[in-house]
Amino acid sequence: MVDRILILGGGVGGTLTANLLAKQLKRRIDAGQATVTVVDATGAHVYQPGFMYIAMGGEKAENLQKRERALLDKRVSLVTGVVDRVNETARTVGLTDGTVLPYDHLVLATGSRILPEAIEHFETEAHHFYSAEGAARLRTALDAFQGGTIVVGIASMPYKCPPAPLEVSFLIESELRERGLRAKTELHYCSPIGRAFTIESVSEMATPILEEKGIELHTFFNVETIDPERKVVESLEGEELPYDLLILVPPHKGAQFLIDSGLAPAPGGWLPTDRHTLKVGGRPNVYALGDATDLPLSKAGSTAHFEAPVVVEGIVAAVEGRAPAGKHAEYEGKVMCFFEIGDNKGTLLQFDYDHPPEPPKPNQLWHLGKLVFNKTYFHTVPKGRV
Amino acid sequence: MTEVAAAPTITRTIDARGSYCPGPLMELIRAIREGQVGDVLAVRSTDSGSRVDIPKWIEKAGHRLVGVETRDGFDEIVVEKVR
Repeated sequence: MVDRILILGGGVGGTLTANLLAKQLKRRIDAGQATVTVVDATGAHVYQPGFMYIAMGGEKAENLQKRERALLDKRVSLVTGVVDRVNETARTVGLTDGTVLPYDHLVLATGSRILPEAIEHFETEAHHFYSAEGAARLRTALDAFQGGTIVVGIASMPYKCPPAPLEVSFLIESELRERGLRAKTELHYCSPIGRAFTIESVSEMATPILEEKGIELHTFFNVETIDPERKVVESLEGEELPYDLLILVPPHKGAQFLIDSGLAPAPGGWLPTDRHTLKVGGRPNVYALGDATDLPLSKAGSTAHFEAPVVVEGIVAAVEGRAPAGKHAEYEGKVMCFFEIGDNKGTLLQFDYDHPPEPPKPNQLWHLGKLVFNKTYFHTVPKGRV
Repeated sequence: MTEVAAAPTITRTIDARGSYCPGPLMELIRAIREGQVGDVLAVRSTDSGSRVDIPKWIEKAGHRLVGVETRDGFDEIVVEKVR
């Protein structure tokens, strides 16, 4: 029997899972007893955390992209195509071009997608940094900005890289000081919940920094409408904020085919995922990782990075006819990410299900750590070297 | 004769048990957006933060907190959409 392992998505989670499987199942793959295939819509692997640096740090879009094939182990097959449907009865995945791919083990690493169009006037009035194009457009707007009111907010939850809107606020504030525009600018930060950040300890760290930097915090601000005539963003809670420059995290959803295939509920499309085994909805052979899950964790590459070895152990154990074992038998919710504070300083958020982050005092080291990580990402994370 | 206000009839129950902060609040916000003025929504949550966060949000958003009750292993927060 051949174990056919099909991985949907060529981001951090899908690529790392494929490469770790290729390493651990090397003999079986070479003997024709197992196959590992990645399906990706574009065939390009994009380092999404770099988008923020297009807007804020002189990064270029071309540096943030590599061919997926170049990152994959030679034992992994790559199919470039758009998934249309998962047929669980037949154990197949259908692509929009008519290709049908059978599987025995399925990994859903399909990420999240942004939907700026879900909010009327978003695309003409608001800026974001969740795509290379959006971030470049924001950079142009910041270059043209000569003072006024900047509003940074979050259109809906959950969204990718939870610290990012706070980081952008801090970085913009620093930049405005350097450009001599700070005194001419009001800065507002809008949070959909009752504090600055979902995790309480991070909120306790970030709130005094917002105060020090003179960024006004608006809690329970869930973006409802944008009025382009009055240049006002209105919240569901009835608050109105005028803006000259509006920066909003766009609404996010999971992949539509997951909803269409009955794997994830509408409207969000987040996969119901076991917090320890990463199996989807109690299915024995379907796993999810990264942004695609409904787990109460950051939608971030780091999450996928730490989940991948658990998915790999689950599949290898099934292939070898044993129970998952060792340090990757279960996922404990580990996430680690750098957090920019501005003025060339940063901190680190490291946590799991049972241990909330205790961010160290911001310093230059963590800021430099983030820059080094950004530069070395393609050589380390997708290949399983860290 | 004393008139006693009857407890309003719950028109929709949102089962957010098992979801973590801010999941239950986000579920309620979605239901408020979809609902009509006069709807009475009950949110069920196992996250201990909900019994504090949700009433605070209800106050800020100008709706009416009907009640917070602790049931068998979860909290039920009832809100009336008033605008």
